[in-house]
Amino acid sequence: MAARALAIIAALTVAGLVVGPVTAVILRADAFSGFTPADWQALRFTLVQATLSALLSVLFAIPLARALARRQFPGRNLLVALLGAPFILPVIVAVLGLLAVFGQSGLLNRAFAPLGLPELQIYGLHGVLLAHVFFNLPLATRLILQGWLAVPAEQFRLAATLGLGKRALWHTVELPLLKRIVPGAFAVIFVICLSSFAVALTLGGGPRATTLELAIYQSMRFDFDLARAAALGLVQLGLALSAGLVALKVTSMPVAAKGLDRVVPRWDGQDGVSQTLDVVWIGLAAAFLLTPLAMVALNGVAGITTLGWSVWQAAGHSMSVALGSTLLCLLWALPLATRWGEWLGLAGIALSPLVLGIGLFLIVRPFANPFELALYVTATVNAFVSLPFVLRILRPEAEAIRADYTRLRGALGLSGWAWLRWVFLPRLKRPLGFAAGLTAALSMGDLGVIALFADPDRATLPLKVFQLMGAYRMEQAAGAALLLLILSLGLFWLFDKGGRVGSAS
Amino acid sequence: MALHLDHIHARAGSFDLHADLTIEAGARVAVIGASGSGKSTVLDVIAGFRMPQSGKVRWNGRAITQHAPARRPISILFQDTNLFPHLTIQQNLALALNPATGALRAPDVQRIDQVLDRVGLGGFGSRYLSEMSGGQQSRAALARVLVQARPVLLLDEPFAALGPALKDEMLDLVESVASSDGSTVILVTHDPKDAERFAPQTIVVENGQVLPPQDTVDLLKNPPEGLRAYLGS
Repeated sequence: MAARALAIIAALTVAGLVVGPVTAVILRADAFSGFTPADWQALRFTLVQATLSALLSVLFAIPLARALARRQFPGRNLLVALLGAPFILPVIVAVLGLLAVFGQSGLLNRAFAPLGLPELQIYGLHGVLLAHVFFNLPLATRLILQGWLAVPAEQFRLAATLGLGKRALWHTVELPLLKRIVPGAFAVIFVICLSSFAVALTLGGGPRATTLELAIYQSMRFDFDLARAAALGLVQLGLALSAGLVALKVTSMPVAAKGLDRVVPRWDGQDGVSQTLDVVWIGLAAAFLLTPLAMVALNGVAGITTLGWSVWQAAGHSMSVALGSTLLCLLWALPLATRWGEWLGLAGIALSPLVLGIGLFLIVRPFANPFELALYVTATVNAFVSLPFVLRILRPEAEAIRADYTRLRGALGLSGWAWLRWVFLPRLKRPLGFAAGLTAALSMGDLGVIALFADPDRATLPLKVFQLMGAYRMEQAAGAALLLLILSLGLFWLFDKGGRVGSAS
Repeated sequence: MALHLDHIHARAGSFDLHADLTIEAGARVAVIGASGSGKSTVLDVIAGFRMPQSGKVRWNGRAITQHAPARRPISILFQDTNLFPHLTIQQNLALALNPATGALRAPDVQRIDQVLDRVGLGGFGSRYLSEMSGGQQSRAALARVLVQARPVLLLDEPFAALGPALKDEMLDLVESVASSDGSTVILVTHDPKDAERFAPQTIVVENGQVLPPQDTVDLLKNPPEGLRAYLGS
């Protein structure tokens, strides 16, 4: 059957994209002479920052999720929806926003200077942590909020009837709940931060704040030491793989969590202290998450009119990469939207883009100049990295369509084409639009593998922003970042909207 | 002209089903039995959704056991999901007429209009299922099997969700279109009144046996033990 052949082709290309580069990396790492102290330092820093990032994100998320779970206020739904935004927010945009607030000449330093307070330094471990918390506090909050809202309303009603005090409620309801959810949230964020590249590239660096991913990049770009890059890639692979397997066991990743806008009626937490605390937490979190974005918009407006030709060219490259990788990802995902396909797609989480990039570089090099293929490699790797999320979104719907209509399909004798054209795709339209939007936005904002291969003629927009920052052309960097933000969110909005139009059932 | 179940042995889950019987062309036959007795399994074997362990399904002597559902001289109305809810009735019927591409061809337009007129849905081609009442949805489903124009029509309790009056109306409609087309109709039902109203002959399914067609009136007057327990008479 044609459908089966397509599934096999998709599976083979995905598997090939795992096995090929990994094999190339392993073979190349063979020539490696041994780890330097700097390499051990990178391994240590990777583990330390991932642990601290996960710890801080979860720690702050607990009171925030609790406040959101038991308070109803105007703008609550908007705030909860915004907690989903960092997933598609380009890292470089967030970094620029954080610099505008916490950086050397940022808002805080300007406010503190007249008071004679010491100047804040953002570069180094705490800058990396700041950015990781910025990205993962919302994720942790959503995970924990989901758990909190899943507590049956009867439990709170019972607690109210019994007149349980704060401590008693904590022990009977809240602590067991957190014990169940927090390890999973911690594990997911730990895994995400293990492979942190763009944040470390922009806010870390130096021997004391280099992640493995950043060390891979430096071996490639600065020393062109392929054996060392491959060996570090192997360590990264082992680390991400084992942590990923642990995370998979203790958690389920919500890509499109539903029902976070509901409010369970509560009778606890009505005392003044609780109310004040909740207001403070929600206010701080909103300020922490929204101020940097507001600063990007504010600073960018002035810069966006001064952008040179090369920035627009980079924007064009990014659009092509984003659309290409969206197309490729969906071509993979449609035939693989099954149980075993989803397992295969999980490789996209375990395999870091940079390791993949190194592997592809090694494979391509004997035949062509890898730098000329930079944009194609980037689009392919981006599609691969988005695949697990896309499969998580599409699979339940795809399986429901098959289960509901297989018999009718058989009774009518629909051809594979007619099934796809009239039934499968139209009915899958909504999740398809959402998945395409995610993929396009993720790819648009990606600053990973492109940094390995880039030459000035083939920069993407995120890389261009990074280069402008490096050249201290901050106004143009801000303008380009705003452009990037608009394009990323715009692509997401367009695809998601496209999936909703006329998807009446 | 007849449909034969020739020494059929089918297995559904943990229970076995045996059938060896003939249904004459143009007959109206009801299939009754307790729920879980295997009524739907019999229909699935005839329609081609379940492969028997052994035995053959024959139409006019020719074995069709290996044929895919759409290649059999048979159309089937399911209990639910007889049409795609995201397509208009016209698109649904075009898909039934042209399952290779689903495109609406010029001669199909007239054919679809005629069939819709026959089931009392003239002018409903541009509607979606959600824009129709339960009775109209049943008529649209019937239109789908009518455009397929197969000599044998299987009904798997398709009107069970309708009220008694609407159900009788639908059975009368099936009777009138089937008799003008000369079709054979096999109706699975759990309601002996349906059998009485619609089918002169009835097949009883019990204890894994599919009994040959018997006279419905005699059967209901003097039911065998298992059927009596089911009917509660």
